[in-house]
Amino acid sequence: MMSLYTRRVWINRIGIALSMVAMSLGLIGLLWILWTLFSRGFAALSWDLFTQDTPAPGSEGGGLRNAIVGSGLILFFSMLISTPIGILAGIYLAEYGRISRFASFTRFMTDIMLSAPSIVIGLFVYALFVATTGGFSGWAGSLALALIAIPVVVRTTENMLKLVPTSLREAAFAVGAPRWQVSLKVTLRAVKSGVVTGVLLAMARITGETAPLLFTALNNQFFSTNMAEPMGNLPVVIYQFALSPYDNWVNLAWGGALLIAILVLAVNIGVRVIFRNKVKR
Amino acid sequence: MSEPSVTAGIDLHARQVRKFRLQDLLFHRTTQLFAFVVLAALVGILVSLTIEAWPSLKEFGPAFLWTNIWSVPDDKFGALAAIYGTVVTSVLALLIAVPISFGIALFLTETCPVWLRRPLGTAIELLAGIPSIVYGIWGLFVFVPLFAEYIQPHLQDLLGHVPVIGGWFSGPPIGVGIFAASIVLSLMVIPFIASVMRDVFETVPDVLRESAYAVGCTTWEVVRNIVLPYTRVGVIGGIMLGLGRALGETMAVTFVIGNANRINGSLFAPGTSIASTLANEFGEADPGLHIASLFELGLVLFILTFIVLAISRWLISRSMGSEGL
Repeated sequence: MMSLYTRRVWINRIGIALSMVAMSLGLIGLLWILWTLFSRGFAALSWDLFTQDTPAPGSEGGGLRNAIVGSGLILFFSMLISTPIGILAGIYLAEYGRISRFASFTRFMTDIMLSAPSIVIGLFVYALFVATTGGFSGWAGSLALALIAIPVVVRTTENMLKLVPTSLREAAFAVGAPRWQVSLKVTLRAVKSGVVTGVLLAMARITGETAPLLFTALNNQFFSTNMAEPMGNLPVVIYQFALSPYDNWVNLAWGGALLIAILVLAVNIGVRVIFRNKVKR
Repeated sequence: MSEPSVTAGIDLHARQVRKFRLQDLLFHRTTQLFAFVVLAALVGILVSLTIEAWPSLKEFGPAFLWTNIWSVPDDKFGALAAIYGTVVTSVLALLIAVPISFGIALFLTETCPVWLRRPLGTAIELLAGIPSIVYGIWGLFVFVPLFAEYIQPHLQDLLGHVPVIGGWFSGPPIGVGIFAASIVLSLMVIPFIASVMRDVFETVPDVLRESAYAVGCTTWEVVRNIVLPYTRVGVIGGIMLGLGRALGETMAVTFVIGNANRINGSLFAPGTSIASTLANEFGEADPGLHIASLFELGLVLFILTFIVLAISRWLISRSMGSEGL
């Protein structure tokens, strides 16, 4: 017969122990994935990975040069589209959006877009762009990724701008600065690094996105820098090669996955280390 | 002599004010226009998917949703198998992910030493940063073989003969299938649910917690009787966020679900989901009913996730104040 006190203590111990088990399960998952990725990925790393193009079916060796360059171009242009749109929309939400219903509605929808299924964005760009211009292209890929990046940039820009003390804004208004100058030259400048962080995080988010590229940029076995043509890119190459029967293709898929993961993790960790003391979270 | 210069000064000032006012209006409208882009994209998705899906909407009507057929040669399409796979994998993923996420959030907010909180929290957030295709190849090459060899046979021995639920674990243990997809999905949504739970747990006023401890509650009792009731709305919001994520996840599921367009009572059997059907078939779809049906699948997925995510965001913002996340 257990006393009430002992029972409570034991329930507490079991609860705490289970929470530690849950925490370790999460950590084990992370470490297991990373370990697999690094051990298989490093085995696939070589100079050929960067200097040779994706191999034809059945041929030996090969690399990912065309996919790396293609991914770089697609990413560059999607950030070029999404950065200004995201920052300006973020400014609107932060500076004008405190009371406006339109703004709070937009904020709500942006939050939904943050988690919207990326494959549906791919379908949308296919219907809007690929089907009408008559072809898969790097531009279509950039557009699809930009649509995914915009909400991330909007929300981080807005959150950063909200951290600017009201007194700073009031001081600028008091010396007679118009609103647009206060926004662009005072508040935005004050949170410059935070906004850059948002852009970097958005880039990390879309670096590994595969689903929206399947029906937009498609893939290209050959080296190409023509954004109007189908373009090789890392995620789609990883997808196709991982499911292929050729050993060297599967190897390249692991190498590509490692490259993407290193980039994504570096951005995520870097941002957190830099912002460790600046923003409380 | 001073008269004209004063009026000139006032004139100049008035002109400057007018100029600023015009610039401000322009600035206001420009930024508003860009904010509008997000809304336009959302409406655009809905409209363009509906237009592209029109032939299928007209041909099959609402029965598309509950017809279990997917035959390209006969041009007969119904979404039931894909919807079944999507819903079952997501719900199963939540059944696994919610208790684990709750444990993680509890640990991070209540028992974890302060110096460990940030690194461990970051580790969980990194899990959310890993691209889904990495989960996919890890699932296919590492998890599925182990699952088929060590876990499935034991589950079958253990639960295969239990009435009612036994059938869920029947069939050959081949690894890929609904169950494997659910487990990989659960790993993917844990960081999202755990982060929301942690954030809402932190909104509980310290006074409440401390009073409970002061009257002698154990940590477990504080969480059960103080923290959880106080944050119930936000916790449900976090779970819905995970559900929204799981429903739309494409790559990880496509790699491990087995891609068989049928409904099988066993969770070990291969199946399909809306997103993985799209990933597999859209690239080579025939123009006409096939592609229209795929667009309709996309539309169904979009509306489904939209509703789930809208509820989730509403609950989370209600629980965290106007700040949201």
